[in-house]
Amino acid sequence: MRVAVVVFPGTNCDHDALYVLGTQLRSEVYPVWHRSQDLQNPDLVVLPGGFSFGDYLRTGALAKLSPAMTAVRKFADRGGQVLGICNGFQILCEAEMLPGALLENVGRQFLSRFVHVRVSSNKSFFTTGLTEGSVITCPIAHFQGNYFADAPTLSELEKQGQIVFRYCSAQGEVDPTDRSSNVNGSLNAIAGICNQEGNVVGLMPHPERATEALIGAVGGTTGMAPFARLVSTVG
Amino acid sequence: MRYQVLVRLKEGVLDVQGKAIENGLRDRKFESISNVRVGKVIELDVSGLAPLEAKLQVDEVCRSLLANPVIEQCEVREVS
Repeated sequence: MRVAVVVFPGTNCDHDALYVLGTQLRSEVYPVWHRSQDLQNPDLVVLPGGFSFGDYLRTGALAKLSPAMTAVRKFADRGGQVLGICNGFQILCEAEMLPGALLENVGRQFLSRFVHVRVSSNKSFFTTGLTEGSVITCPIAHFQGNYFADAPTLSELEKQGQIVFRYCSAQGEVDPTDRSSNVNGSLNAIAGICNQEGNVVGLMPHPERATEALIGAVGGTTGMAPFARLVSTVG
Repeated sequence: MRYQVLVRLKEGVLDVQGKAIENGLRDRKFESISNVRVGKVIELDVSGLAPLEAKLQVDEVCRSLLANPVIEQCEVREVS
């Protein structure tokens, strides 16, 4: 599998993505600078986490204007698989490749901690083959992770099975009003969504940071499951 | 021509900054103040265009970049 990891000024999780997909899973991974429109024929594009353009104006707002995003949009329109993690999710929403927006966390705090997320739909390319209801424990590190969409959009997402991850308790229970599990106040406890076709996925948590026993002791390596399955399918 | 763009969260979208300011004011006993909403002001020059065209262009950049229509609303004013 060939994986392009797009790097914007201020991106800081590019190496996490390169590590899990390249070093751990032996894919052909390479960074693509945001000024380039050449994605070099990938099977998967990753928009990694970080603070692209210093979060100026709004998180992800300036990144959507980068030449690389024109190529990413074209790639996705042809059915290519795009995964946005954290700031990558914010960029995908700003670029209108995914519906909704990420508001500031309800507690007005930057949250850097482990969370549990439940696989709510395996309609997306990133969750195909995963058991619905299975729980991934991994870190979050964001200030704007509070998912918002208007009521019609939200009900459409629910109806179409586009909500792929929800924040939950360690036991996998979802309660949007529970601040200990739905820590940033996201509507319907949404942690990640996909587009209607399932080939564009965005999520706030960092499963790529929970793939190595050495550093993932709190959450174990449950973050590896979606990446490992993806690589084994594409080859 | 110089324009001032006022970007605000839409009604009904939770403004956590506004809430935090409100709570702070309440702590300082400014209890008559409520409904605090935080926005931002962006100022810019447009040159070489007729006034109507210039305004249309500012409206366009509001929609496409300065505000996110999912959560924000934009107000454009001409300033001298």
